[in-house]
Amino acid sequence: MSESPPAIAKPLVPTLSELFFGFLAIAATGFGGVLPWAQIVLVEKRRWLTGEQFADDLALAQFLPGPNIMNLSILIGVRFHGPLGAIVCALGLLGVPVALMIVCGALYSRYSDVSWLRSGLLGLSAAAVGLLISMAAKLALPLLRGRRIPALAFALIAFVAVALLRLPLYWVVLSLAPVSVAVFWWRGR
Amino acid sequence: MKDDSALSAFLVQLVFLAFVSIGGINAAVPELHRQVVDINRWLSEQQFTDFFAIANAAPGPNLLIVTLIGYQLGGAVGALTATAALCTPTCLLTYFIAHAWERFKDAPLRIAIQAGLVPVTVGLVAATAYLIARAADQSLAAVAISAATAALAYFTRIHPLWAFAAAAALGFAGLV
Repeated sequence: MSESPPAIAKPLVPTLSELFFGFLAIAATGFGGVLPWAQIVLVEKRRWLTGEQFADDLALAQFLPGPNIMNLSILIGVRFHGPLGAIVCALGLLGVPVALMIVCGALYSRYSDVSWLRSGLLGLSAAAVGLLISMAAKLALPLLRGRRIPALAFALIAFVAVALLRLPLYWVVLSLAPVSVAVFWWRGR
Repeated sequence: MKDDSALSAFLVQLVFLAFVSIGGINAAVPELHRQVVDINRWLSEQQFTDFFAIANAAPGPNLLIVTLIGYQLGGAVGALTATAALCTPTCLLTYFIAHAWERFKDAPLRIAIQAGLVPVTVGLVAATAYLIARAADQSLAAVAISAATAALAYFTRIHPLWAFAAAAALGFAGLV
């Protein structure tokens, strides 16, 4: 934990326990989504990865299905310590939040009828919606800027199918995604 | 009181769910809602919305909504197994693909896949926002909180934790 910056900004190789506590720190500070914190901790504070390595790993983590941050923890664990590193990173990331959720779940099943807690949850839910809207907007911005009509059309179809028609996600993703990919493949040639 | 058959059915759903949650778990929340609230009635609309809010306000990944649903269906064991059922399959996939990535990184097909998935993700996250908003934004004050949080998160770099804290405080004060 020395604060003096090394002369050469060469990434350091963390030990297993450093990985565990690094991801624990990412999870503990990451309110409302963890990815921005991952970059701060991994690249800026601990210098385990260069910005470019992080961007590469992040691109793959977001490309693959499943929770992005879990994928990212696996990739970074593998990079340094193989399968054991992957397990350690995933456990570091999930351990504290999952324990906290068990406590919250227990409290919830006992006290969710208490009126002041109820009204606190109403406020929280409204804020959670706001965070989601900003997330959707940030994702949509590049599509709107580029006036990419096919992209906007696919986004709209996905929204209508899932939100309004309440179709199963499997049908929507498995039918829409291949068509969307094919269109972009064809346009990119 | 705890329902083992509900928990095991939920676990099986989770194993498959991760594979269609492109762009993160927030894209899969409508499906989670469909299965857990609409079809199986394991949770009420209100419980689901509460769990979504708690999972987002708590530190850690957004997938914690699955942990909370697991707890509701099977206690601490339910919470742990649900988290594992959601994470393990796609984590394994990531592990096995990690080595091949270098070769595919710049392949045109990889770029087309990524470009093609983004719009679908946008639509799905918007669908999640719509579904949760319908349940959560029942009052003018709640709509105002949602709008203010969205503006804060979109236009500023202020930590969303402050929005959650302020919103909870307004709730405690009985203003929502």
